[in-house]
Amino acid sequence: MSVPRFWRKQIARYNLVGTRCKKCNEYFYPPRNMCPGCRREGEIEDFKFTGKGEVITFTVIHTAAEGFENQTPYVLGIIKLNEGPSLTSQIICEPEEVKIGMKVKPVFRKLGQAGERGMIYYGTKFVPDLC
Amino acid sequence: MRDVAIIGVKNTNFGEQWDRSFRDVVVEAGVGAVEDAGVVGEKIDSMFVGNMSGGQFVEQEHIGALIADYSGLAKDMHVPSTRVEAACASGGLALRQGIYAVASGIDDIVIAAGAEKMTDVPSPKASSALAAAADREWEGIMGATFPGLYAMIARLHMHKYGTKSEQLAEVAVKNHHNGQFNPIAQYKSPLTVDSVLGSIMVADPLHIFDCSPITDGASAVVLAPADIAHEYTDTPIYVKATAQASDTIALHDRRDITTLDASVAAGKRAYEMAKMEPKDIDLVEVHDCFTIAEICAIEDLGFSKKGEGGIVSMNGETAIGGRIPVNTSGGLKSCGHPVGATGVKQAVEIVEQLRGESGKRQVDGAEIGMTHNVGGSGATAVVHILSRDR
Repeated sequence: MSVPRFWRKQIARYNLVGTRCKKCNEYFYPPRNMCPGCRREGEIEDFKFTGKGEVITFTVIHTAAEGFENQTPYVLGIIKLNEGPSLTSQIICEPEEVKIGMKVKPVFRKLGQAGERGMIYYGTKFVPDLC
Repeated sequence: MRDVAIIGVKNTNFGEQWDRSFRDVVVEAGVGAVEDAGVVGEKIDSMFVGNMSGGQFVEQEHIGALIADYSGLAKDMHVPSTRVEAACASGGLALRQGIYAVASGIDDIVIAAGAEKMTDVPSPKASSALAAAADREWEGIMGATFPGLYAMIARLHMHKYGTKSEQLAEVAVKNHHNGQFNPIAQYKSPLTVDSVLGSIMVADPLHIFDCSPITDGASAVVLAPADIAHEYTDTPIYVKATAQASDTIALHDRRDITTLDASVAAGKRAYEMAKMEPKDIDLVEVHDCFTIAEICAIEDLGFSKKGEGGIVSMNGETAIGGRIPVNTSGGLKSCGHPVGATGVKQAVEIVEQLRGESGKRQVDGAEIGMTHNVGGSGATAVVHILSRDR
């Protein structure tokens, strides 16, 4: 992914900042500029998510996506945030540890790198929330 | 709106075709379909070509013009040719656009084709190209792969409905059984449940034999107004319904991870248009890019209750000779999945079945068939119903 393309959503990725429709009280992460509920009438504002949520479903990836080859096996999940929306992220734990319904919390981690000398992409991954 | 018929069909061989280029396979399919229809080139009014990613697979865009050119329809006749893209549903969508052109009354003889040449790049590059059918910015960047997305569907399906890995494996076994009777199929070798379960894990719970392969191939059909179809063929196959639906691009935004709502919506629209129900369908080609995808499709199109797709796959209801034969061609799993071609290949299979030309995989007395083509993890679905009777 190009530097500007990543940079443009840097705050959303680093700090789990999404959006909220003030009219419908719907929350969006990844952020949306238009509320799919009311479409034109909505008023969208930024919203910082706590990042607390639970695992809806998951997989353990053994054949990696390009650029992720040295991370296998890695756990990928869909996480439903407490405020409502769901997102896709890696879950940092042992493959045997992850369960549907497991509570998770966010951590700031390296996502990847654009080649050997390219930009490092940082963002949010999740870990089991044991508290 | 005019009724539309399919008057000619052709699939190339599906597989790894090192000696043949993108344009080679497309021209073979197009010429084959035109010859099958007995149409002369001068009669062709327009072409629609499904292609997911010529840009990434063969570094070639402007696919419509390229194909018109190498089909001999560009230089003198200047036949309009349009590329259509909806990831793995590109072929189904090209067919749908062709049907629109004929139904509208603007065009009479139309070619709907689909093609993909996937083996000119190394397989990691091909996987990356395919991953672009998902949300690059919010799925791909986190390390999601296509098998990974469908694995998450499978995991939740197992959790909610008790679906078993053995049931997924039965889908692959059945499709490889059918594929061995299909001359164009990429894999003509039977599989066993044990060999599927013993194959390497790609994205838990999906093994490599739960996944469709990377394939080169092309398919084409010739469309005509139903009123003149008999001028070309004794057995025109009529289009009873064409339907399409959209859903969220990312899997995580779906209403229910285990249901492809786009498949449900497209299926419902198709049944309404054809004035039919699931029990009227004699056979169906569904989009089994992964074994779990066939199980979801069976449910989402109304051939079983939600959650029972694995059970009906296990007890033989989807086999040739069963209650509702699914993927007599071998499906994407065994016949192969040249992504842009698949939606058109499904229609070719149904047409051949309804004509009674399918040899050892023939469904006896088949009168009405359905095709179901999905883009991405379910953001686009295209459903067609085809019939011997107008």
